[in-house]
Amino acid sequence: MKLGGPVVMLGLLIVQHGFPKFLQTLVNSVALGSLYALIALGYTLVYGVLRFINFAHSDVFAVGAWLSFTFATAFGWVATSSPLWGMPLVLLLVMAACALLGVTIEILAYRPLRKAPRLNVLITAIGVSLFLQNVGQLSSVFGTQPQRMPSLIEDRSLFTIAQVHIRLVDVTVIALALALMMALQWMVFRTRLGRAMRAVSFDEKVASLMGINVNRVVTITFAIGSALAAAGGLLFALKYEGLKQTADATWVLLGLKAFVAAVVGGIGNVRGAVAGALLIGVVEVFGASYLSPHMRDVYVFVILIVVLLLKPSGILGKAVREKV
Amino acid sequence: MKTISERTRALHPGGLGSALRSAWPVVAGVVVALVLQSVLAPAVGPFAAKMVLDIGIAIVLAVSLNIVNGFAGQFSIGHAGFMMVGGYAAAIVTYYGSIKLWGSPEPHGGFLGSGDLLFLFACVLGGCVAALAGLVVGLPSLRLRGDYLAIVTLGFGEIMRVLAQRSKDVLYPEDVAGKSMWEVSDNLGGALGFSGLPSYVSPTPWNEDTGHAGIFFVYLIVAIVLISAYRLKLSSKGRALLAVRENEIAAEAMGINTSRVKVAAFVMAAFFAGVGGALFAHEFGNTLTPRELGFQKSIDIVIMVVLGGMGSISGAVVAAAALTLMPELFREFAEYRMIIYALALILVMILRPQGLFGIKELWETTAWRRIRARIVRGKEAP
Repeated sequence: MKLGGPVVMLGLLIVQHGFPKFLQTLVNSVALGSLYALIALGYTLVYGVLRFINFAHSDVFAVGAWLSFTFATAFGWVATSSPLWGMPLVLLLVMAACALLGVTIEILAYRPLRKAPRLNVLITAIGVSLFLQNVGQLSSVFGTQPQRMPSLIEDRSLFTIAQVHIRLVDVTVIALALALMMALQWMVFRTRLGRAMRAVSFDEKVASLMGINVNRVVTITFAIGSALAAAGGLLFALKYEGLKQTADATWVLLGLKAFVAAVVGGIGNVRGAVAGALLIGVVEVFGASYLSPHMRDVYVFVILIVVLLLKPSGILGKAVREKV
Repeated sequence: MKTISERTRALHPGGLGSALRSAWPVVAGVVVALVLQSVLAPAVGPFAAKMVLDIGIAIVLAVSLNIVNGFAGQFSIGHAGFMMVGGYAAAIVTYYGSIKLWGSPEPHGGFLGSGDLLFLFACVLGGCVAALAGLVVGLPSLRLRGDYLAIVTLGFGEIMRVLAQRSKDVLYPEDVAGKSMWEVSDNLGGALGFSGLPSYVSPTPWNEDTGHAGIFFVYLIVAIVLISAYRLKLSSKGRALLAVRENEIAAEAMGINTSRVKVAAFVMAAFFAGVGGALFAHEFGNTLTPRELGFQKSIDIVIMVVLGGMGSISGAVVAAAALTLMPELFREFAEYRMIIYALALILVMILRPQGLFGIKELWETTAWRRIRARIVRGKEAP
């Protein structure tokens, strides 16, 4: 059986270090994995329709986190007067703002380069990424001081299993991420728009011959990807609270790991991105708590290199022969 | 009437003649480096001499990245990672090596004395270690499409940074005794950086006690990098790289082993990046810290290559010099520097996708030819 090895390993981990630690690590890894999934979906959607790595995506995520800080401080009174409404309000605002940002980036920077070589688009994406990072650092925008996210959700444990307190934040992160992913799944596979997106992804020219407005589909894809990244940013801010300046390496690293998740799952594949993100989350958090906490970034890149060597199209990706 | 064999011989001059002819750029490079060191450095003073050093190191890095980004069309954004590998490898040799040999990490010996030779050896070793790292990184990712290389090199740079940050404190000379080089190889100073390195690359004129011929060494290596890159561009290997850049499938159909030439270019670039990192580490006034050689540094080098023109060696040189001088000129706008860089990058990509010079060298551009024609005509006029 293929599953034999992992099951035995899990059993060993539980026996050696006890069940509570295992459960706590599992919850943490799934929460981190669902954050990665929200970001990875943006990478994979854009790669699906345009075939390029949107390097600025991690910065949209960072802007999302910072905007949710701004909105949460501005609308703090809503959260205190009616705790149930504070969080959805900030979520909607930040998703809308980042969708707008994504669309603006697409129209101003990427659309003029639709027919340019891929290297040029990649460099432009780096340029956009640098631009967002450094504008975000200006003292008139978000500034360079690290900030603390106000808690929109009560910090209490929802229930307790085997002495492990499952915190409300973790449950919210996982549940919201799951809901958004299911909504995306429904949109991509059940609606006309989703069908248009899949058609553009399959063959842009033929799709436009069939009457699909390719530019519109690309714009909507950017809007959706950026909105998901914004939701991820809000959830990140809620779970980890401390926000570092927008040009800090942590944002790039988070985006990078999400991208690794998309590649590991099979880039361009929506379900693959989620599967890859959960795998990366599990590997990172389990590696950090059972092996060495300093090397957590290294595990992720080891996985990337192993997947690139063994199955370059990813776990769920299909190998595509390059046509001449 | 000449026979065919005579004519062939005329086309193939003897070994000595061709060796001399191909050696003249190297000789010229050595002469220029000597002149810069002995005439320019005392004339302009230490501050400007430091700028000259910075420009030289930037040229080494930009031209080496140009081999991957410009010639081969592969996008590497982890050049600073290779700098870091080369810099730390060279730093171990010069710092701990000096302590073992002479008891103190201070620069040792006169011009081309034992200390300088140790430093040059450290540069070459740093380059080799970086080239090895380039091979390890390049082999899996260059077999795939170009995008992956960008991600893997970015990840490589980050991993190197994490590893360097985790290293232990630098040992003082009295603590080194009795430890082998292998045992001290993790004492790299952590996040604070590898301090106390001998500054063999110093801007002061030579013959002073501490002043080693920094400008000479840097421009010697600049000459080597420029000659290698230019020769490569004109050789069949370089043509193969340009073919891969233009159309990988067509290049493969013409019988080019695309993965092989891509990996070769990548390893060569990593080697020179490692040498550049070694120079950077030993430059007077620099501290070799993981933060200094992060993602930002990689991006700085990429911008030099892109602005200068991908594939243009002289373009990379001009852009490296200009972008090194620019922050000094606009000190008060430091906060906006990166924003302007970013906008420049986007605008160049949209308006002039091939960079300022494109693949042409400076003397091949139309503007240059026009100016030359005017000067030549001016002379001929009565």
